Amino acid sequence: MPFIPHTEADIQAMLATIGAPDIDALFDEIPPALRCGELEKIPQGMSEMEVGRLMNARARQDGQPLCFIGAGAYDHHIPAAVWQLATRGEFYTSYTPYQAEASQGTLQLLYEFQSMMTALTVMDVSNTSLYDGASALAEAVLMAVRANRKSKSKRILMPRSLHPAYRRVAHSIVRNQGIELVELPFDMESGQTDSLVLEQYAGEDFAALVIPQCNFFGVLESVDELTDWAHTNKMLAIAVANPVALAVLQPPGEWGEQGADICCGEGQPLGAPLASGGPYFGFLTCTQKLVRQMPGRIIGRTLDLDGKTGYTLTLQAREQHIRRSKATSNICTNQGLMVTAATIHMSLLGAEGLERVAAACHANTSKLVKVLSALPGVGPVFKGAVFHERVLRLPLETKDALRSLAAHNVLGGFDLSADYPELGNAVLVCATEMRGDEDIEQYRSKLERVINARIQTPCKLKPDW
Amino acid sequence: MLIFEKSSTGRRATAQAPLQQADMEGIPAQFLRRQSASMPEVSEMQVVRHYTQLSQKNFSIDTHFYPLGSCTMKYNPRASNSLASLPGFLARHPLAPETHSQGFMGCMYDLQEMLKEATGMFAVSLSPAAGAQGEFAGVAMIRAYHDARGDDARNEILAPDAAHGTNPASAVMCGYKVREIPTGADGDIDVEALKGVLGSQTAGIMLTNPSTVGVFERRIKEIAGLVHEAGGLLYYDGANLNAILGKVRPGDMGFDVIHMNLHKTFSTPHGGGGPGAGPVGVSERLEPYLPVPMVAQDGEDYVWLTEDNRPESIGRLSAFAGNAGVLLRAYIYARLLGRDGMHRVAEFSTLNANYLLKRLTDVGFDAAFPQRRASHEFILTLKRQARELGVNTMDFAKRLLDFGVHAPTTYFPLLVPECLLIEPTETEAQDELDRFVDVMTTILQEAQNDPEKVKSAPHDLPVRRLDDVRAARDLDLAWRSRAKGER
Repeated sequence: MPFIPHTEADIQAMLATIGAPDIDALFDEIPPALRCGELEKIPQGMSEMEVGRLMNARARQDGQPLCFIGAGAYDHHIPAAVWQLATRGEFYTSYTPYQAEASQGTLQLLYEFQSMMTALTVMDVSNTSLYDGASALAEAVLMAVRANRKSKSKRILMPRSLHPAYRRVAHSIVRNQGIELVELPFDMESGQTDSLVLEQYAGEDFAALVIPQCNFFGVLESVDELTDWAHTNKMLAIAVANPVALAVLQPPGEWGEQGADICCGEGQPLGAPLASGGPYFGFLTCTQKLVRQMPGRIIGRTLDLDGKTGYTLTLQAREQHIRRSKATSNICTNQGLMVTAATIHMSLLGAEGLERVAAACHANTSKLVKVLSALPGVGPVFKGAVFHERVLRLPLETKDALRSLAAHNVLGGFDLSADYPELGNAVLVCATEMRGDEDIEQYRSKLERVINARIQTPCKLKPDW
Repeated sequence: MLIFEKSSTGRRATAQAPLQQADMEGIPAQFLRRQSASMPEVSEMQVVRHYTQLSQKNFSIDTHFYPLGSCTMKYNPRASNSLASLPGFLARHPLAPETHSQGFMGCMYDLQEMLKEATGMFAVSLSPAAGAQGEFAGVAMIRAYHDARGDDARNEILAPDAAHGTNPASAVMCGYKVREIPTGADGDIDVEALKGVLGSQTAGIMLTNPSTVGVFERRIKEIAGLVHEAGGLLYYDGANLNAILGKVRPGDMGFDVIHMNLHKTFSTPHGGGGPGAGPVGVSERLEPYLPVPMVAQDGEDYVWLTEDNRPESIGRLSAFAGNAGVLLRAYIYARLLGRDGMHRVAEFSTLNANYLLKRLTDVGFDAAFPQRRASHEFILTLKRQARELGVNTMDFAKRLLDFGVHAPTTYFPLLVPECLLIEPTETEAQDELDRFVDVMTTILQEAQNDPEKVKSAPHDLPVRRLDDVRAARDLDLAWRSRAKGER
């Protein structure tokens, strides 16, 4: 019986104590008509060895292609110590630190995490995580609607250049509360939020403006101007940032005259493997003024009876287990283990390590773009400066190109044609510090082969090529 | 001491980052950070030692008995972690094409199918990232269902007064008002009160069964009939699924929508407060509204179902496919257990709970619902001890820590005064349960002979009781802001 320690003698002794004839008698309050039979569609149990064989086969099946996709999940080096420490049983198998005295390890670590995130973003306070970057944005939107007392509307300005999945998630989560997300177009030349269109909204009532840095195209937004514009128009400024980029880019707390009010983003680049999209974690930081509107767990430093420093869950009056229907959010469990890994990751890298990673990603992507742009019909779509991703135009249908590349075991980027048909045959590429010169050359030579194959079948060419 | 306080200017773990510092060519200065972030500057060994020592200040399943009611703190198999961490699974990009995803997608499809069978639901989506997000998804589907029928005047969700706080909070996030239903003296819902509030405004009811008071809701079929008759739907909170796995299924009880907490029932683990996974299952009429993405089988291949082919879906709840790594762990656990293993989860968690309840009442504790059979958990009330000895539930909980036992859930559910909600789980042996009884007996004797000792506990932990009022009043939430006084 996997994971059940009872011997037959234990069972009999325990039943005798209870005064029940057999285990089935313990279910006598369940109406017999409701009882289910065998779960026939569930296979019989397997040994660890057999499950190991199955899982190894499945993991191998997906190969390990050379990956140039970013689009919200980035392949960074994770120091060996990170997951060896994070999977120590004391971290891995504990729960939310409700009993503070028995959870000082997790609590102090979370306080250190909050300290690191406020340092990276230059904001006053941080919570201890949300599910992922997209759901963190949704919570930031809800927070802004609650917090902006100057705004009567439940409307938010959200750029089209923001990650399409983030926009979808925010919509799924906030729409039932009557909140409207108004899309801001981007400038087709620079790839930045279109400031002329933005100006048309001046004076209108919105609770917040969302400002991604960088945006989904990798392009850097004019964050100072956008933040000031939001504040001038009585909106809160919600920053959506990549934490690795924050090591080198101007932090949201310093945007414009007053800084952003809320900053959120995807924590995955801080020590979480790609792993099919999760678990990752969303981070959320804000100004002191907004702390009581913040969702999720927050840890405070305090003293014990003897005056010794200790850490505890605080401001719990915001949370569902105390406030129930009046809580700031329904969130209970967060992404504790991922935050444990991120805290260790940031400690190991430090500011300089993160800066080196960020700069290496920027350099590698620049190199990739340069090398690929030497191929006929390939080139950057936007002029704006980028961090570690760029949109490239291809001389053939993006879907076909990526499929052919994948057949050569190269994942050539994210196909933008479904979400942004206005960009034509466009692909979003990324080369992190993990993709060296040889990998870039590999991509180039495979793409060249794919393009040449098309040249030999001209009937399939697009007219503009 | 904080990691920041171990920092020395210029020290680094040099092996962890690229050896060269590249420049940020092409990025105008206005976009760049002017001052490096204030992060710790420490060596690799300092980091390893610091976090190893911090870990040792935690109670965990691996180190301590952890009978935290409603949280199902059972053994987390090591195989689930090591197999979910195989290089092929860790390296897969969430947007990798289906051609390079069949292995992973096969696991997800199988898991969907197994969860359908285990819960008796018509279809399952794995995407919600935690129980509370599953609740949100479930209530959003209830709303989508009513809205699609033009039945959009229904504005009320019912929940028992003993419900988890997430239930009302999730309903509010979906735009509903919440009305509480009282619990009867026997622990079951007050069905007469329910009848009084059901009506054309009822969108649905959220129930946990076995309920949060640790007993099986015996009139569930009748309740389902009443709610359906009023045009409402039934939501099953899967917090206590461990108690009934393989014995009775939410689908057979008449529930229309459920969420499961895989970090509880499928032991994935809890990770110091997440990540969890909260898949949702639905009856046939709610199937169109399931959150995306989902995995389907198309001939020999697995394919993603997204917003494109599921237009009525309530949508996407995370950027990619939810907590995939947690789902893999659950799948591995389910394959290790298999059909018979699942029956045994309910059997032995229930055996352990009933044994512990009997032994604790024999040594002088009071059950909150003495006439009822325990499910996988049960409630003691220390009302009598608090009155007679001046030692309350929190004192007991803190004193347990001194004996190396994590405290049970305290003061929940709110309707039972001075309560301890105790869930031993199926993976504890009889000896461990007996030791817990011994410890509780000892604390009871201390409460009678030396109450101060209990009231001032814990004595042997890294810290004594913390000043929570000070924590909330003089907010100190980050080292940096305090040390440097920066904004």
